[in-house]
Amino acid sequence: MQKNEVKKPNESMLSRMVRHQMFIPVLALVILAVFNLIADPAFFKITVGQNSAGNMVLQGFLISILNDGSELAILAIGMTLVTAASGGQDISVGAAVAIAGSVLLRILGGGNSRPEELAAPIIVAFLVSCVVAMLFGAFNGVLVAYFKIQPMIATLILYTAGRSIAAWINNNELPVITDPSLGYFGGYIPGVPIPTPFFIAALCVAIIFLVLKFTNLGLYTQSVGINENSAKLNGLNPQVIKVITYVIMGLCVAVVGLIKVSRIQTINYSTIAKDIEMDAILAVALGGNALSGGKFNMAASIFGAYVIQFLTSTLYKFKVSSDALPAYKAVVVIILVVISAPTVKEWFGNVTKKFKVKEVA
Amino acid sequence: MLKKKVAMLLAAAMVAATVVGCGGGDDAKTDAPADDAQTEAPADDAADDAEAPADDAADDAEAPADDAADDAEAPADGAASGELIKVGVINNDPNESGYRTANDKDLQEMFCEANGYEADFQYSKKNDEQITFAQNMITKGIDYLLISAADTAGWDGVLQDAQAAGTQVILFDRVIDADESLYAASIVSDMEKEGQTAVDWLAEQGLDEYNIIHIQGQMGTAAQQGRTKALDEKVAAEDTWKLVVQQTGDWNADNAKQVVQSVIDSGEKFNVIYAENDDMAKGAVAALDAANISHGVDKDVIVMGFDCNKWALEELLAGNWNYDGQCNPFQASYIDEVIKSLEAGEEIAEKTIIMDEKGFDAKTITQEDVDNYGI
Repeated sequence: MQKNEVKKPNESMLSRMVRHQMFIPVLALVILAVFNLIADPAFFKITVGQNSAGNMVLQGFLISILNDGSELAILAIGMTLVTAASGGQDISVGAAVAIAGSVLLRILGGGNSRPEELAAPIIVAFLVSCVVAMLFGAFNGVLVAYFKIQPMIATLILYTAGRSIAAWINNNELPVITDPSLGYFGGYIPGVPIPTPFFIAALCVAIIFLVLKFTNLGLYTQSVGINENSAKLNGLNPQVIKVITYVIMGLCVAVVGLIKVSRIQTINYSTIAKDIEMDAILAVALGGNALSGGKFNMAASIFGAYVIQFLTSTLYKFKVSSDALPAYKAVVVIILVVISAPTVKEWFGNVTKKFKVKEVA
Repeated sequence: MLKKKVAMLLAAAMVAATVVGCGGGDDAKTDAPADDAQTEAPADDAADDAEAPADDAADDAEAPADDAADDAEAPADGAASGELIKVGVINNDPNESGYRTANDKDLQEMFCEANGYEADFQYSKKNDEQITFAQNMITKGIDYLLISAADTAGWDGVLQDAQAAGTQVILFDRVIDADESLYAASIVSDMEKEGQTAVDWLAEQGLDEYNIIHIQGQMGTAAQQGRTKALDEKVAAEDTWKLVVQQTGDWNADNAKQVVQSVIDSGEKFNVIYAENDDMAKGAVAALDAANISHGVDKDVIVMGFDCNKWALEELLAGNWNYDGQCNPFQASYIDEVIKSLEAGEEIAEKTIIMDEKGFDAKTITQEDVDNYGI
C-alpha cells in the first residue's frame, strides 16, 4: 500500500486506466469492435433506407445494437440501484415486464382482444402500467426491506407467478393492437430516422444521472448498501431507501414493457423479456459493480448492457449455430466476469506493481 | 371472443349431455326408469345392456348426441355410476403460447367431474419439474397419467414407477424417448409430417432459387426437431435450396426479429422465411417492415409460420404471410376415447395416434378456415 502511494505521482496513464471501473466494459467493447472490423468492416456501415411506412430510417448493425440494447440498458439502471441498496438482485424483472405489458394492452384494448380502435390514450395506459409495475416493485421491496428476505428469494415469488398473473390480467387472451401509433415506441416515429427505443433509453439515462447528481439517492443507496447500521445511526431509514430502489426498478420495468409490447404490437406471456433479468444482472456485473451491494457506477452498468447486446449481435452476425450459441456467450461472459472480479483485479494490480518495482531496481 | 366462449360452452354442454344420459345428472334423476337402470347396471360387462335403458330415458336433446357417440361410450356408463376416474395431467405452461392455451382449455373442459373424472393439473415447462410432479402423482395414486413432456429425454424411471404402481400412462402432444411398453398410448402431432407438408408446399412454389432464413424453435423440443428435419433434408438434397442462416429464436418474436435484422444488416439476399412458430414469423415480419422488404402473396419474401394462431391466419387472409402449418391442440377427445376403451379392458390397437393436421396457403384460405382452425 505504501509503495503504491509513493509511486502514485509518476503512476503511468495506463495503470490508472486499468484501475478505472469503466476499463473492463470498454476493453470488452473494443475487442469486440476490432474483431468485427477485421472479420467484416461492413459491420460498421450505416445506410439510409426506407421502412414499409415510407419513412427514411438509418440501418446497420450499430443501429440495431443501439435499438435492441435499449431495454437492457433501462433495466440495468434499476438493477444497479437494487443491487447497491439491498446487496441482491431482482430476478422477477422479466415476469414483471410481462405484467406491465399485459396491463398496457388490457387498457388499450379495453378488455377486447381485437380492438378496432384504442380504448384509451397510450399515455393513460402507460401511466397505469407504471403504477402497477411500481406496486409490484414495492411488494418486492417490502419483502426485502421489512421482512429481511434475501432479494433473490423474495423476487422468486414474482418470478414464478408473474407470467401467470400477466396472462390472467388479459383472461389468457393475446390482444393484438393494430393502431400504428403504438408501434412508434418500439419502432420509428414518422420523420425520425433513429429508432425510438434509443431515445427512450437515452431519456431514462439522462433522468437517472440528473437524479443522482441533484439528489442524495446515490449517496444514500450506497451508504445503506455498505453498512445498513451505520446508515441508520446517521439518520437514514434503510428500509425506505431499499423500497425506493425497488420502486424505481418497477418504473424501469414499465418502460421496458411499453417498448417490448410496441415492438410486436401484441404480447406472448411466456416469452416476452424471457431471461432478461439474467442479462441485466450481467450488465451490472460487467460494469465492475459488486453484486454484494455498496458502491456502484451507473455509467459502467449501462455501458455493460450495450456490450452484452454487441456480443449478441456479433454472434448472430457470425451465424454461430443454434446449439452452440449459449455456449459461446457463456465463455465470453465467464472471461469478462472473471477479469472484472475484485480479487482478480487485485492480483493483477500486485503483479504489475511487482513488475514495476523490479524495473525500478 | 364471446362467440368463441359460447361455442365452448355449447361444446361442453354437448359433452355433458352424453354423460348426463348415463351419469345420473339432475335431468336423469327425475326420470325413475333411468335411475333404476343406473343402479342396476353392473360396472363391467353388462355395460352394453345398461346403455339401452339409459338411451330410452334420455330426453330428445340427448338422443342425437348418444347416437353420434360410438361404442367407446358404453364403458363410461359403468365408471360414471361408480367412482370418478383419477387422472393426473402434466402439461406445459398454459401461457406458453396460444397453442398451449387452447390445449389446456380443451383438457380442462374434458377432464372434469361432470365427465366422470377427478383431475389434477400440474404445469411446468421444465422437464425435471414435470418429472417431480409425475412422481408425486404416482405416489398419491392415480389411474391415468397424462403427459405432455417438455423434453424427450429422462422419463424412463418415472414411467417404470408408474407401471409398477399400476398407473397407465398416456402421452399427448409430445413424444418421449422411452420404450413403447411403458405407456398405453400416445396422441401426437407428427411434427415431422408438419415440417414435410410445409416443405412440400414450399417446393411447389417453384422459385428459381430458395434462399431461406430458418428460425428454429427452442432447441431440443420435438416441434423444433420435427419441423427442422424436413427442411434440412430438402436443403441437403437440392442444389437450389440454401439456408442463409439457421438460428434459434427460442419461440420468441423479439429474438427472431434480431436474427432477421442481422441478415438484413449484412446485406445478404433471401426470399423465404421459415419460422417454426407464428410468434417468430411475426418478429421476422417486423424486421422486414423496418427495412421495407415486401412480403406475402406474390411479393419478394415468402413468410411461413406454424401453429395457426387466429391472428396469424388473419395475416394469411390479408396476404401478408404465405403459409401456416397447423398443430392441432385438441387432443382431449382422443385421450377420452383411449381411457374409455382401456376402462372397458380393450386393447389399444395402435399405440401412436396421429391427429389430422392441415397446412394453409394464403391463396386459398377462407374466413371459414380462420374461424374453424384459428386458436
